[in-house]
Amino acid sequence: MPGGELRLMTGYDALVEGSIIAGCRFFAGYPITPSTEIAERMSSRLPRVGGVFIQMEDELASIMAVIGASWAGLKSMTATSGPGFSLMQEGLGFAVITETPIVVVNVMRGGPSTGLVTLPSQGDVMQARWGSHGDYSVIALAPWSSQEMFNLAIKAFNLSEIYRNPVIVLSDEVVAHIREPVRIPPVEEIEIVERKRPSVPPTDFIPYLPEPGEWVSPMPAFGDGYNVLVESVMHDEFGHRIGMGQPIAERKIKRIYYKIEKNVDKIAMHEERELGDADIAVVSYGSAARSSLKAIKDARGLGIKVGMLRLITLWPFYDKLMEELSERVRAIVVPEMNMGKIVREVERASKGRCKVISVPKVGGVLHSPDEILSAIKFAAR
Amino acid sequence: MIQEEDFEHILAKKYMRTELMPHAFCSGCGIGIVERIILMAFEELGEEEWRRTVFVSGIGCSGWTPLYFRSDVAHTLHGRALPFATAVKLARPELNVIVIMGDGDAMAIGGNHLIHAARRNIGLTTIVVTNMVYSLTGGQVAPTTPEGAVTQTTPYGNIEPNFNLIELMKAAGATYLARWTTYHVMQAKNSVKKAIKHKGFSLVEIISQCPTFMGRYVLNKADPRDILQWFKENSVPIGVASSKSPEELKGKIIVGEFLHKPEVLEYTERIRMLKERIGR
Ligand SMILES: Cc1ncc(C[n+]2csc(CCOP(=O)(O)OP(=O)(O)O)c2C)c(N)n1
Ligand code: SF4
Repeated sequence: MPGGELRLMTGYDALVEGSIIAGCRFFAGYPITPSTEIAERMSSRLPRVGGVFIQMEDELASIMAVIGASWAGLKSMTATSGPGFSLMQEGLGFAVITETPIVVVNVMRGGPSTGLVTLPSQGDVMQARWGSHGDYSVIALAPWSSQEMFNLAIKAFNLSEIYRNPVIVLSDEVVAHIREPVRIPPVEEIEIVERKRPSVPPTDFIPYLPEPGEWVSPMPAFGDGYNVLVESVMHDEFGHRIGMGQPIAERKIKRIYYKIEKNVDKIAMHEERELGDADIAVVSYGSAARSSLKAIKDARGLGIKVGMLRLITLWPFYDKLMEELSERVRAIVVPEMNMGKIVREVERASKGRCKVISVPKVGGVLHSPDEILSAIKFAAR
Repeated sequence: MIQEEDFEHILAKKYMRTELMPHAFCSGCGIGIVERIILMAFEELGEEEWRRTVFVSGIGCSGWTPLYFRSDVAHTLHGRALPFATAVKLARPELNVIVIMGDGDAMAIGGNHLIHAARRNIGLTTIVVTNMVYSLTGGQVAPTTPEGAVTQTTPYGNIEPNFNLIELMKAAGATYLARWTTYHVMQAKNSVKKAIKHKGFSLVEIISQCPTFMGRYVLNKADPRDILQWFKENSVPIGVASSKSPEELKGKIIVGEFLHKPEVLEYTERIRMLKERIGR
């Protein structure tokens, strides 16, 4: 696709095109509403750019396949929704412990279980962070428009390569199905991160030992002669299993945890709207932020000083940003399409410095701007 | 403690991560023989083949098999070696991708992946180590445990019939199939060699002794030599078996090469053809 133009695209289309520009050359998936359009477009696009598309037998297979393809040297991705994301959790942990860059898209739908098949939700934000067993950290991004589906697809691949970690794109049905203009920048404006390959000969290479000052080591591909051990069992810097080696296990777990958490100010992205003079803030993300924006405009019309902080990176959670915000405002209103999830993080980080008001919405519809407006009015009282 | 220089065997020195030894298997475990079968096959295939080989395994004692090989190795999740390996083959069709699984790994938790890898006829070489029991977890019933066997989870005797892996794979679409026991080292080595050279989906089942749990729960034989003797006495070559009645074959292990269809299109070949067709 030539760059430098404006195109009318669905969120799905934008996400696929962004991924391909980022260098994605492998997609494995299993159809599930409302994520299927991603697999469909990938099946038509990837073979034309020299990549591989495969429809696997299930989601357990899909996530394992994208991890395998990544170790074979390809940037790879899968996309799913609710139940499929649940099935992927064991594989997600495998990607984490083996420090494999992959991108997983979850077009969230309402649950539990088969739940609300085609309707939007933001119910999986905690599962994205804590879904697999054990201690680890992930990066999760929440787009709110077609443009961001494009931009964040590229960002997701870049971050996964930089941190050798899975990156989750938490989209929802509204953002995925919406059709909006997307600016495809000229190629020279797009930053694409390529995987760091080892520069030392195989005999000197230690696959899980970062250079001083680095969080991750370069990553060879299968067949390059590096004889790597991709080990799901707790392992040392060589990939050798350590049995009951507690100090080595602690070192590994802390590194994979902190490589994300300690870099939060490099990873975290957000957008502010009319926050300058605000004494009330709406903290929102994804499609719920679209309703929030309208509510803020309406509230401003009523003379209420309210602004919006839109979280683009949900995980790692940017505590410092929330701390600062909670010092500036009287109240934070958190509309999200679930029973109240990110609001817990907001409460935790704001440590009682201001009022925090949850505006939950479940059942598969967006908040109406009025619902959020009443919460803002309540906060302003 | 055994020292590294004690690992003098030529195959160990040449192909194994001797720094990880002694290995974790119980003494007398058949997995050592399986490792030897694979390394002997590579010794004959030559260094070039070894250098372009990736091993993928699942979880279980059998899953540990390739971890000692000085090669690219992925020790994945219980049952999930095949989808990982499928992607490696798709990304790098020029590599040999060898998948080693236990019988539970392959047929129980990973059964769906096994069927679909065979159906696609993707060029993976799979080696299933059948020890008729779940070993790593301490002797529970497996899809291959004989009926009546008392295991940790069948205290009143196993009431479930078994899979016949070879028949299952034939029906699913595999194009090279062989079965041997750890008693049949040379025959198994030849089949593994053939399987590696075979371009489609190949599977070699190796019935292997687990003196620790199969010995205790299935065969009532603790000495690995007795288990090997039992393998020898109860194996029937496929040629002989075809003239015997089902009653005569009850409880026997039918061994040999069951299927070889080199002409069937392999999956990555299909992908290459698709790309040519659409002009890429
Ligand atoms: C999802 C999951 N379930 C269960 C286990 C526990 N587990 C580890 S190995 C194993 C079975 C081992 O049997 P088999 O695959 O036949 O290999 P063997 O040890 O006999 O060689 C089980 C159930 C696991 N690791 N992961
Ligand atoms: S438990 Fe059985 S299969 Fe596992 S190492 Fe011991 S003998 Fe081998």
